[in-house]
Amino acid sequence: MGGSKMDIRTNVQSGSWSRGKIALAVLLGVLVVFAPVLLQGFQTMSFFVRVLGIIGIYVLLALGLNIVVGYAGLLDLGYVAFYAMGAYAAVILGEKFVAVVQTISNVGLRDFLVSSQFLVMLPVAAIIAALTGLALGTPVLRLRGDYLAIVTLGFGEIIRILATNDFLGLTKGAYGMMAPIAQPLGLAQLQLLPIAIPAIGFNFIFSVNLYWYYIVVLLIILAVFVVRRLDNSRLGRAWVAMREDEVAASSVGVNIMTSKLWAFALGALWGGLAGVVFANAQGFVSPESFTFMESVFIVTMVVLGGMGSIPGVIVGAALIAGIPEMIRGVAQSPLLAGVIDPTLASAISGYRYLVFGLLMVIMMAVRPQGMIPSTRRAQELHPEDEKVLEEEDQSLWDLKHGADRSEHDL
Amino acid sequence: MALSTLIQQMVNGVTLGGMYALIALGYTLVYGIMLMINFAHSEMFMAGAYVGLFTLTGLTNPKLVGSGAVAFLTKNGIGLVLLFTIVFLVAGIAVGLLGVVIERTAYRPLRNAPRLAPLISAIGVSIFLQNAVLLWVDSKALPFPQVFPVIDLKIYGNASISTLQIFILVSVVLILIVLDTFVGKTRIGKAMRATSQDRDAAGLMGVNINTVIALAFFIGPALGAVAGIFNGMYYGTVNWNMGFLPGIKSFTAAVIGGIGNLRGAMLGGFVLGIIESLAAGFLSTGYKDVVAFVILILVLIFRPGGLLGESVVEKV
Repeated sequence: MGGSKMDIRTNVQSGSWSRGKIALAVLLGVLVVFAPVLLQGFQTMSFFVRVLGIIGIYVLLALGLNIVVGYAGLLDLGYVAFYAMGAYAAVILGEKFVAVVQTISNVGLRDFLVSSQFLVMLPVAAIIAALTGLALGTPVLRLRGDYLAIVTLGFGEIIRILATNDFLGLTKGAYGMMAPIAQPLGLAQLQLLPIAIPAIGFNFIFSVNLYWYYIVVLLIILAVFVVRRLDNSRLGRAWVAMREDEVAASSVGVNIMTSKLWAFALGALWGGLAGVVFANAQGFVSPESFTFMESVFIVTMVVLGGMGSIPGVIVGAALIAGIPEMIRGVAQSPLLAGVIDPTLASAISGYRYLVFGLLMVIMMAVRPQGMIPSTRRAQELHPEDEKVLEEEDQSLWDLKHGADRSEHDL
Repeated sequence: MALSTLIQQMVNGVTLGGMYALIALGYTLVYGIMLMINFAHSEMFMAGAYVGLFTLTGLTNPKLVGSGAVAFLTKNGIGLVLLFTIVFLVAGIAVGLLGVVIERTAYRPLRNAPRLAPLISAIGVSIFLQNAVLLWVDSKALPFPQVFPVIDLKIYGNASISTLQIFILVSVVLILIVLDTFVGKTRIGKAMRATSQDRDAAGLMGVNINTVIALAFFIGPALGAVAGIFNGMYYGTVNWNMGFLPGIKSFTAAVIGGIGNLRGAMLGGFVLGIIESLAAGFLSTGYKDVVAFVILILVLIFRPGGLLGESVVEKV
């Protein structure tokens, strides 16, 4: 179905890259890969690696929620439920998996399987989260947008309350559970390569935090790839049609129910993956990590960054998750203790929610398309823009007069 | 044991339901007219509890009003009536005005925007207000002074009803009757009903839409504030995040009754309050919040129009 002459706008987004854009991408790539190595090398800066890992998990969550909110236009206020499903699945099933694998007599195979338990849990938790998405989606997706928001909120709270009450004896209640104790695959080998330059105080050891950081980065790259492909697919165009006008979309043959279910399941999947990494990197899961505020947090990232825009969502997540963590980290760092007063830093991180609340209101009034908007979404949200109106008139004129389109695209 | 427990839980449930009904009216009023879920409404409940608390502590502080006045206001029957009238009026008016200000600043610019925009804006307002109280008032729960004389009256076995519960119930019923008459019988009430049926047509017939919307955003929060004070008196504390759960549950109540329908919201409030109390009494208190959410999901799936609502057809 791709590449037909009419979908010029979707193709513009994935069109050829200018030289400046390529240079920027390469620079960002180098930074993402090597900056943490430098940070890890200097003792006083190594806490930033952990912060980057946390930011990465939020980026993954925001990319997943973006499928639901940005592409399908469904407001999910309980996205954290899928994150929780992934995290708890990783802990509960991971523990079982390790217990079973421990009985293998071959030492080499046993150690390999124990250390790769999280790799096994990634697809398992992703499937569980996606199935949860389907199970929740099937009955409630018939509801209109704002109702859906409240029902998903209710669902998120149900999952948290069940976990707090030690549902079926699975979750150990409010105290939480420890992740399976296992050295992640390959970490021991990576740690054999220490690099030290004593002259400048550089002493690099491949830390656990760095390991999880790279895992998250790999998952983000996968997510960006998948999401981009989705955006330009038949399903992606069905989502565009659906969120702009459901009735019109269904009358031209878009199956609303199936499209919504796909959005829900595919969004939930990334929540589950993020949950597995979170549980293993943190080493601990408790219901406290999956409150309603957390869901709001992720929604804010998507909204402020730009619904439907991959770079926007990534920047939104990095800023919103990053700024408070950075401030907290800087306040605790011995290196910068003198520069920023710790009480000031804690005051700033106390004000973050207040500022986010205010930002949500202001953004909706001033710039509903977000910081780095997707072209398509910006046009939907500002249909009164003169440029868009002009374009629409233009295409009408084209149709009426049967003129060659390219003449007017100058 | 069972019968007296049942009666006790019914009494508690009706009291709780009365509070839910008051909050639910705010959701339903705004939804009926604006077709939006005012997510910040739960914060009106919280704000009302705080304004009520501060008015009450101010009026019972001998340094501010004199010890003679305090003795009159807290010990004397007429004084108590006067005291609580002032507390409820101040909180109702202050929070009502807050509601109008929020509508002006956060929702009015988005009146023609896609439906998700005002909802996200409302969530922003809610987060802002919670954290404003957390940062600028107090991050800990504050005790609500027990000025109201609470006496437990035995009704059956171990079951009892307190004077405070009677006070809450009687006040709620009175408020509901007044509101029902106001919307059903007065000229401005007719304008509100007309606006909720068809905003544009009502505007063409000479109804001032902005006045009607502002009124809905005054009455709803004012009722929420009254419920907030009841809640403070009933549970003895106020807290910056006290609005969240009652807010969601009252929205559930509004949905149960049929959102946009005033009598439905009243009915839904009592139904939800009773179900929740029975669940807490006979199942487990840990799961009582789940009950409300499960009911919300079930009602939305099987009877999205609610008990008294009409079935809603998506308009093209």
